[in-house]
Amino acid sequence: MKLAIASGKGGTGKTTVAVSLALGLAAIDAASAPLFLDCDVEEPNAALFLRPEITARRDVGLLIPVVDMARCTACGRCAAVCEYHAITVIGKQVLVFPELCHGCGSCTRQCPESAIHEELNVMGTLEYGRAETIEFYHGTLNVGEAMAVPVIRQLKAWAIPPDVDNRPVILDAPPGTSCPVVETMRGADAALLVTEPTPFGLHDLRVAVEVARDELGLPVAIVVNRDGVGDDGVDAYCAAEGLPILLRIPLERAIAEGIAHGASLVDIRPEYQSKLAELWKAIAELL
Amino acid sequence: MKQLVILSGKGGTGKTTVTAALAHLATQHYRVVLADADVDAANLGLVLAPVTEETHDFTGGRIASIDPAVCIACGRCAEVCRFDAVQPGSVYTVDPIACEGCAACFYECPVQAITMTLQRAGQWFVATTRYGPLYHAHLFAGQENSGKLVTLVKQMARLRAFDNAADLLLIDGPPGIGCPVIAALAGADMALIVTEPTVSGAHDLERASGLAAHFNIPALVLLNKADLSPVQAEAIAAYCAAQSIPLVGRLPYDPAVTDAMVRGEPVTANNGPVSAALREAWARLQQQIFGDAP
Repeated sequence: MKLAIASGKGGTGKTTVAVSLALGLAAIDAASAPLFLDCDVEEPNAALFLRPEITARRDVGLLIPVVDMARCTACGRCAAVCEYHAITVIGKQVLVFPELCHGCGSCTRQCPESAIHEELNVMGTLEYGRAETIEFYHGTLNVGEAMAVPVIRQLKAWAIPPDVDNRPVILDAPPGTSCPVVETMRGADAALLVTEPTPFGLHDLRVAVEVARDELGLPVAIVVNRDGVGDDGVDAYCAAEGLPILLRIPLERAIAEGIAHGASLVDIRPEYQSKLAELWKAIAELL
Repeated sequence: MKQLVILSGKGGTGKTTVTAALAHLATQHYRVVLADADVDAANLGLVLAPVTEETHDFTGGRIASIDPAVCIACGRCAEVCRFDAVQPGSVYTVDPIACEGCAACFYECPVQAITMTLQRAGQWFVATTRYGPLYHAHLFAGQENSGKLVTLVKQMARLRAFDNAADLLLIDGPPGIGCPVIAALAGADMALIVTEPTVSGAHDLERASGLAAHFNIPALVLLNKADLSPVQAEAIAAYCAAQSIPLVGRLPYDPAVTDAMVRGEPVTANNGPVSAALREAWARLQQQIFGDAP
């Protein structure tokens, strides 16, 4: 099963749940140890808790156009076919704006003089390492780069082999509900949404459910973190929508302090090791 | 008119709570316009009781669709698509969620079976609140172009700020450091980064302040839940000192923050330790933004 862990609202405990779920599965036996992908490439934090030993690294980015001015006739076809205004022709000059380019290759294919070739514009890095039996992968978007989606797409392509079927895969998603989250969830079998029982948590949970269940058609289960604060809006919403709340993590200062120092939930409260392994089983039964 | 954007890097550190409190405090001396630049998860309205004045559609990019009556299933579209958005079959189809609207398939289709259609990707709103006009938006689930919508919301808010002769445009930013954050940061006079004393908060603060530096925008830091970990708090204070980033305040970890959110009001509407710390932080912040207090 490939499980995406998302939230809508930031800071609800996605990484806490994802890391502890990975540790809970790894504690069963080596065969149950998951592939772990930190897909929050803007702010990748899972490594701070799993502390993998990084053994492989590669640059990633998009193929962007490079124009051979000896062949270019400044006909303007490249600019006409670019939907992103990433290439423009001014007089006899061609300007490329790498930060706007999606790497679709249209300009290269459409150039009547074959004057364009493509080169990799590095936007970030991917890393792999083991945290004991957990195989860990994460991507890091370079500071100042705008597009997270290509880094997430290439992270998934690198990390998840086509024959992964029986292995647990955990995808730790970024916050929000737009394209980076969709890219993380694409191809997953289910989504686990981590929320908190507050008006902000509820508002953003609704949008996350729209993405995971309504747009992508994934089975959805809920974890309520910081249970005991706020109000009962999240419980009422989940009951009305038939969304199963599979785990509640209470608001406890000791848990918050432990996580602040880089401890995982199963380090702080060992009883969560079996609770999280059971959570995985319960989600598998939803499929 | 000054533009202040509230960022964090890491989500859930308290950006919106701080923005609402600053809106409350700033309006005691200044004319303010507000913009919520988190169009995925727009929460500022939940604590400002906005009354909507205007609703507008946001059209994002275009996406491809294939006319099954014309398609000859040659597969050229799938061959050129780099986003895995074209699904093969007896006629080919486009997955609208995966399509990035590049139109590569449109140009390559030998029988012109493909059309590109504009998408209604979200809505943006103009509202009145007790602290001034609020510009906010909702990007529909799973849509692209959040940066474009952020830019639109900010542009509209900025024009209103000029019309109103406002002193301050206060922008509640999204988490992360990618496209919507860059859009929220563009043109700001100053960025206030709200962080927390955790290993994740410290890591993400470095990336968020790195982004502000990359665009030459002066950054300030506000440490939320400051007493959660004295060790991490000192590490963050040392980082700020080393980078010459002013640390404008430390807010204690206090359930009063959630209580205020549930009541739908800024935490500064009541007195308490967080409210007092925010007032002190605002005094320093005001000094940084405007120089001498009014």
